[in-house]
Formats: sequence, C-alpha cells, structure tokens
Amino acid sequence: MIKKILIANRGEIALRIIRACKELGIPTVAVYSSADSLSLHVRFADEAVCIGPANSQNSYLKQSQIISAAEVTNADAIHPGYGFLAENPDFVQMCEDNEILFIGPSPDVIKRMGDKAEARATMMKAGVPVIPGSEDVIHSVKDVKKVAEHIGYPVILKAVAGGGGRGMRIVREPDQLQDAFSTAREEARTAFGNPALYMERLIEQARHIEVQIIGDNYGNIACLGERECSIQRRHQKLIEESPSPAVNENLREKLGKIAIKAAKAVGYSSAGTVEFLMDKNRNIYFMEMNTRIQVEHTVTEMVVGLDLLKEQINLANEHHLPKWLKKFKLRGHSIECRINAEDPYKNFRPSPGKIVAFHAPGGPGTRMDTHVYAGYEIPSNYDSLLGKLITHGSDRAEAIARMERALEETIIEGVSTTIPFHKAILKDPSFRSGDLHIDFLEDFKFQ
Amino acid sequence: MRASKILELVKILEAHNISEIEISRWGQKIRITKNENRGDIAGTTVTATEAVRKSIQHQFVEVAGIAEDHTAVADENKDGGVEIKSPIVGTFYLAPAPDAEPYVNIGDHISIGQPLCIIEAMKIMNVIESEVAGKLLKMLVDNAQPVEYNQTLFIIDPAG
Repeated sequence: MIKKILIANRGEIALRIIRACKELGIPTVAVYSSADSLSLHVRFADEAVCIGPANSQNSYLKQSQIISAAEVTNADAIHPGYGFLAENPDFVQMCEDNEILFIGPSPDVIKRMGDKAEARATMMKAGVPVIPGSEDVIHSVKDVKKVAEHIGYPVILKAVAGGGGRGMRIVREPDQLQDAFSTAREEARTAFGNPALYMERLIEQARHIEVQIIGDNYGNIACLGERECSIQRRHQKLIEESPSPAVNENLREKLGKIAIKAAKAVGYSSAGTVEFLMDKNRNIYFMEMNTRIQVEHTVTEMVVGLDLLKEQINLANEHHLPKWLKKFKLRGHSIECRINAEDPYKNFRPSPGKIVAFHAPGGPGTRMDTHVYAGYEIPSNYDSLLGKLITHGSDRAEAIARMERALEETIIEGVSTTIPFHKAILKDPSFRSGDLHIDFLEDFKFQ
Repeated sequence: MRASKILELVKILEAHNISEIEISRWGQKIRITKNENRGDIAGTTVTATEAVRKSIQHQFVEVAGIAEDHTAVADENKDGGVEIKSPIVGTFYLAPAPDAEPYVNIGDHISIGQPLCIIEAMKIMNVIESEVAGKLLKMLVDNAQPVEYNQTLFIIDPAG
C-alpha cells in the first residue's frame, strides 16, 4: 500500500498528479527548484522540499536530491510525470535500490524502449509492422547508402538515444548522405551523449497515430483507443485529438491488437503509448514507444471516461486492470490545444514574464490543466507550456466549436501565448475536414 | 479549533509582518488573512508561505557545503551575519556521531574550512565546512531534523 507519493516533476503535470493523489487520499510531496518556490504544485502538495537551484541539471534532474527528499519525508513512491527522469532507467534503478516504488514500468522495459533502434528490432521480432529501415544502428555512410538503396529515398536518419522528435535528419538525394550522416551524428552526440543513428524510409504526408495502453503487474494490458497528433511544429505536438478522424472501427481494432502485441512483447506494465505513422494508404508502422504518461493523456481520459493518473497509481498499488477496460466504446470526441508562452507573430519566440491577468474558460465539455495564475512569474529555465486546453463534444464538430469558444474565453495577459495560432488552425478548412498529416503546419499560412 | 487558539494566531498576524497564516493539521485547515492593501501579489504570497513553513511546520535549518562539488552557500543576512545555507536535501546532525560532542557551539569562533555539521543524504555523511570566518551567532536547526536546499543552518558574524 503506497503511503506517500513524491512527485518528481513541476508545472502542470505535477499538479495533475497531485490532484489524482488527493482524490485517492494519498499524501503528496512536491519537490521544487529555487525558481519554482511560488509554483502551484508546491502550494497544493501536502509537503514541499526545495531540491536545488533553477537549472534542471541541479534540481529536477538531480537524482540524489530527489531520493533524499523522499527519504526525509518518508515518501515510499515516486511519480516521475513526463520528461525529466520519467524515462531514465538509472533513476528507476536508484528508486528500487532505495526501496521506493517507481510509478511506471520496470527499468529494463524503459531501457529497451528508450533505445529506439533496439525498440525497432524488438518490434520486428514480435511481428509488429515497423517503418522500413535499417535493421540496427548504421555505422558508416556505406551502410546508409546500402539501406537507402534498399528502402528507397527519401530517408530519415534518427538518433537511437533521441526521441520526442529530436535529433533527426531527412535525406532526399544520395549526394546529401555524407553530410547528413556526419552532422546527424554530431548533433546526436551533443544532445544525447550518443552519436549512434538508425534510419527509416521517410513516409511523406504521414499521420501520427498513437495508441494509449495500460497494464497491471500481472501481464494484463488494455488498449484505450488512439490519438491523432499530426499537428506538430518542429516535431513538437501542438494539437492532439481522440479518436483520429482517419481511423474507423476496423482500423481501431487492428491498431489495438498491434499495440497490445507490442506491449506484451516487452512485458509492459503501467501507462504507456505506442506511436505509429500511418501512410496515405492507411498502412500503419511502429515508430516508437513512450514508457511514461504523456502530455496528451487528457483527450483519452475524456473519450474513455477514465482518470489515467489514478489508474496508474492504483496499478502501481498492485490492483488488477479493471475488467471494463477490456471492452468499451469511445464516447464522443476530444481535442487538446497546448498553450505555450511563445509569440506566434515573432516566430514563436519564448515569452517568459509575469502573468498579470488570467481567466480560464469553463462550461460544458471544457477542461483546463494549468499551473499558472494571475501574478505568476513564468521562469525562463523550463519549457514554455503554460497549460492545456481540452474540450469534449458528442462529435468532432462540437469539440471544435467548444475549443473555439473556449479559446475566445481564455485570458492570459502579460505574456505572449500561442492562442491566436490555435484559433487560426481551428478555422482552417483542412483541419476542420480532418485532412491532417505531420507536415500540416509546414504549409500552413499564419497571419 | 478552539477560539483561544484562533485568537492566538490573529495576535501573531498583527504583531508580525505577516499578511496570512494557513495551518493544516489532522484534516483541519484554517487560513487567516490580514485585511490590508495587498500590493504585489507575489510579495504577499512569499511572506505567507515562508512564515507558515518556518514558524509552524518544520524546524528546517540551512546546511552549508557538501562532500561533492558544493561550497557552503553563504548569504548576507539583514542582521549583519552571514547565513550558511544547505546545498543539499538531507538530515542535519550537529555532531559526527550520536554520542560525540557537537562540531560547534554558539559563541565559537569559526575559521574557514572548519566543519560545522553533517548532512546525511542517501546513507552518505556529508561534512559541511564553513566558507566564512567569524563568530557563530545562531544555529537554526535541531539535531536529526530534515533540511532542504537553501535552508539557513547557521548565522556567522564575520566581524565577531
């Protein structure tokens, strides 16, 4: 029985976890850097421990400080949220060594899925369709040439230690290979400490379709429907929705079977996401697996009617997967807009500063997950996510109408936000007709 | 909560430079706010949070320096002394062993590099050494109490 949970994160997700803990009656411990002393997650938690200075390396990423904080507060479980240490197998191991329960899958699963090349290999062995590409790490330009000739151009080089859209290079012509290979290796080395690359065929106009899965500690896995996350800017998701307008019941069933097969192949437990790319012909290919709760878990919660964070905690507490999750129907449609403190009129330049006025929207089917408030000073040391605006409707049209109305109502003054950008996307006829693909924003004209 | 206790809290509010006190204990919660010109919201919040945490919750003390790369974090204190703050989260110990003499006592003259205390974190005993020389004015943490990053442990008067 978990007695106290320490949240090893900050911002909106820390608040989200605290909310789930409160509802379950589990006391919470927040950790924070000196830049976050006035953050909401610190105020809402039952206890709070300052763990370091502003920079993440010495605070939110400092494993020893976080374990120490759990020790001095007698927290027996840690929820890592997303980002930071959520997919760091060394941290999970450290938790285990200190007899602290890590709310997530085992370090072995995290490690295997964290190495993107190994994940591909594991999936191929399990019979999960993967994007045509290299069998393993590519070691030389000669290798790259050989694979590229086999799978066809254009290709994309990716860092094995990367993920989340970072460390990638597209190559359209053979004469670009040499340069792309060396620069991609250098970037990977700098960004992830590991220069190793793998490669895949570039699927043009692909749609990003991901499946939420959840498993207990007894080998039972359930699939909670798919999300479409094709609206991305520089590989960062901006708008997500569930279900995908491109997925019908048959395809949904197929996706679910494949996702569960992928999860069982690695002995998955807790919440996770299997990401796929879907081509123009509705062929689906495994891309990567995220062994954590994700930012966009919210839209799944809305259409399934499940509190994913509470469920994650219950499963970590040795509960069995609820039987009803084996067979249910998605209800309605949900959309999420990630609101960032960036200026869309100035090439999305970050806009830290003080929020002088704040009003969250309300009304039916409207949800705002945010850690900001009037008077809050946004620190410049962390990501620019201000909050997530989520709507739910009986169908996609209603979810869109609600989102447009909610965006109108939202007041955030004192900093620039991406709200005008979201409004423009929602008006776009291609978006409204569900005609999406991951290059959508490349061709999108704003202002 | 008894009326006499509430009155006590109100008196504390009035007597000190605090605008708000919030106490949460055994499922009961009370918040008392001083009705004055709130001014800067951020400033008010900081005051409330610090006041509550320091006077009501734990006896956290600052820690100075650790075994790793840390140097004792010393800050100017408005009373003229230098605040020695903790660079890590852990448990504060006044002495090197349970039955040993404390490293320092109030009134001692401290030299640079002198061990002040131990902060235990993840089974490692980190000896905290002083970055300043002077007279030890205050010890702000009790033995075996938890401490957090940047918490004030000692106040040393460099002129003393």
